[in-house]
Amino acid sequence: MQEKTKMTAFKPIAVATLAAGLVLAGQPATAGEITVVSWGGAYTKSQVEAYHKPWMTQTGHKIKSVDAPNPAAPIKAQVKAGNVSIDVADVEYSDAVRYCDEGLLETIDPSVLPPAPDGTPATEDFIEGALTDCAVANIVWSTVFAYDAAKFKGAEPKTIADLFDVKKFPGKRGLRKGAKPNLEMALMADGVPAAEVYKLLTTDAGVARAFKKLDTIKKHVVWWEAGAQPPQLLADGEVSMTTAYNGRIFNAAIGEDKPFKIVWDGQVLDFDLFVIPKGAPNKDLALEFIKFATDTQRLADQAKYIAYGPARKSSGKLVGLYQDGKTQMAPHMPTAAANMGNALVNNFEFWADRDSELNERFNAWIASN
Amino acid sequence: MPTATDTVAAGDLGPLTTGDGTPLKTALARATRRARLKALFLVAPLLLFVIVTFAVPIGQMLYLSIYNPVFSDNMPRLSSWLRAHDVTQVRGEDAFKALVLDLTEARANRTHAQVGTRINYERTGATSLFKSTARKIKRIKGPPYKDQLLALNEEWGELHLWTVMTRAAAPHTAAFYAQALDLSYDAEGDIVRAPENRRIYGHLFLRTLLLSALVAGLCLILGYPAAHLLASLPLKYSNLLMVMVLLPFWTSLLVRTTSWITLLQSQGVLNDMLVSVGILSDNGRLELMYNQWGTVIAMTHIMLPFMILPLYSVMKTVPKDFVRAARSLGAGPVTAFLRVYLPQTVPGIGAGILLVFIISVGYYITPALVGGSSGQLISNQIAFHMLQSLNWGLAAALGALLLGGVILLYWLYDRLVGVDNMKLG
Repeated sequence: MQEKTKMTAFKPIAVATLAAGLVLAGQPATAGEITVVSWGGAYTKSQVEAYHKPWMTQTGHKIKSVDAPNPAAPIKAQVKAGNVSIDVADVEYSDAVRYCDEGLLETIDPSVLPPAPDGTPATEDFIEGALTDCAVANIVWSTVFAYDAAKFKGAEPKTIADLFDVKKFPGKRGLRKGAKPNLEMALMADGVPAAEVYKLLTTDAGVARAFKKLDTIKKHVVWWEAGAQPPQLLADGEVSMTTAYNGRIFNAAIGEDKPFKIVWDGQVLDFDLFVIPKGAPNKDLALEFIKFATDTQRLADQAKYIAYGPARKSSGKLVGLYQDGKTQMAPHMPTAAANMGNALVNNFEFWADRDSELNERFNAWIASN
Repeated sequence: MPTATDTVAAGDLGPLTTGDGTPLKTALARATRRARLKALFLVAPLLLFVIVTFAVPIGQMLYLSIYNPVFSDNMPRLSSWLRAHDVTQVRGEDAFKALVLDLTEARANRTHAQVGTRINYERTGATSLFKSTARKIKRIKGPPYKDQLLALNEEWGELHLWTVMTRAAAPHTAAFYAQALDLSYDAEGDIVRAPENRRIYGHLFLRTLLLSALVAGLCLILGYPAAHLLASLPLKYSNLLMVMVLLPFWTSLLVRTTSWITLLQSQGVLNDMLVSVGILSDNGRLELMYNQWGTVIAMTHIMLPFMILPLYSVMKTVPKDFVRAARSLGAGPVTAFLRVYLPQTVPGIGAGILLVFIISVGYYITPALVGGSSGQLISNQIAFHMLQSLNWGLAAALGALLLGGVILLYWLYDRLVGVDNMKLG
């Protein structure tokens, strides 16, 4: 079955490549290469299928796809060292804002982005907040927690509080090694309404309360760093529940038939955005790629491969079936109405400002026994 | 070079000369100098390579631990004011004017966030203070600046902020070392211990040293008999055993580390086996991964060849006759081992322990993968500050302290055992 889907998915691409090759033969040899850094695993794969391959066949340019646990990290190092090799990076909202403020990114004029098919300009077509001075969003994603249904025969976890309840639901927990979004989830599990989470986190007492809640499961936690790890930890049976990026769990559950279930309660929504580091070697080509990758069709295409919502309103209508040809994608999107019941939208300003401080505190907390 | 006394002495006896009349001494000096230059010429490529790719970058990196000009470069007016005044006494209109002008300029150059980040290293919340103020800086209309700025955010009046800025105004700073030693400056600029929930590095340095010593000790216990076996077996058997030592040595450490995860995790091969045999109950699985034990076990395995190889090379040279002679003279096996064999293998033990210990101290991949939270070492924090928080000054300070510690231990070792007694192969 899987072989078959692979073949059918492969054929049009092979044909397209051939066609592009023929077209290219008649063109002057100006093909360039850009380096695109993303998060790896199923996510990078969805971008390769939806953005990279069509762009390469249409333009003849090449893309070097690089994976990083957090693509934002190498940007600052490279810009500061004056040795930039990245042309495009896919980063989180708070990093896009922080790095833009620090002058590490090229500014991107949103008016150059292609309009929606019906002519709506890009600035109105993108979801509110999806365009910043230096970045163009491609997806809305979410940190959720998921569990292995085979592990819980009786009652199954339903709310964010269950993630922190090792008495009722025994077993190890997987959490992302970092302050974000553990602090938010801890507060929500402690009974704080989503709307008040960030207000509380700006106070010392709120941060202390979040850490106190995290204390209760500290001994049961396996920390993960790369997005590909949590589904692996679940599959290995190393943890019974883990926080994860929703698309990764979707990929494991629908794509690989694992008995994983997502709990949407207490999910934390975020954007991923394309940025160009200051001094990128192929700046113009990088912008061409971003314009191509964030048009209506391409964003809708990505949703064919992974359960992340497109950042354009006009793409929403085009989202259809998963690449298996039978799963409707819409209900798996973090933004689906049924999943938004108790959702928190990541406050990028909060994290852009407090990132270093809270992570330092988090590291001290994790290192002390 | 001939000296005055030489010429006097030579004058008495008549100088010894070569065929063409040059004094022998000069000729000899010239010949050795030429040989030395030739030797230097031959090693010059290596020397250059080491200097360019190793010594200079490390030196530069270490320099970052005391040098950070972000603030003084981007806030020039305020920096010169801070260097000239005592902030605990005066913080008048002229100081705030310099601050506002600098901040306006930094905002235009998009450097205000970097400046804030520099201050944030020592005073949390400064990044947001600088950024939010810079965002609203246009609202400040002409002098007097002080009241307008304080109206924007009263934190600008706080003494602690100003003492931190004073220290940052000098491009050279000891702040990173203070932080690496779990110290901080209070509002008056005095050094005090960091608050409890921020103390982390002293604890981690200690853990790193202890775990590295434990790994070195375990390697010695496991490696010594193995090396002895290798050295005493006939060649056709020992070669096979040697391959078994070298094979893991040649395998990527990432592969070995992840194999350990597969073996030892709580749903892993070992635990599954023990449960199926009935030694453990399903709920009582051993926790051997994602904690200190994971780090110790995986690192011991990875370091083992570094212990066995120097031990083996030393044991190979120990004549078997000595132990036999001791036995025939009446020594028991234990005495013969302790008084004849062991002392002759000390150079190998020293080399092995030092090698394993020093490599372990700087290890970071294995603890990162299998260490969980209790098996993290100081190198993981250095990596964090290099790659994630990008606080290179602190990373450099931690690295310098680690380097200093290793050099100190090496010096101690030299005093106690003697480096000449070490044999690496």
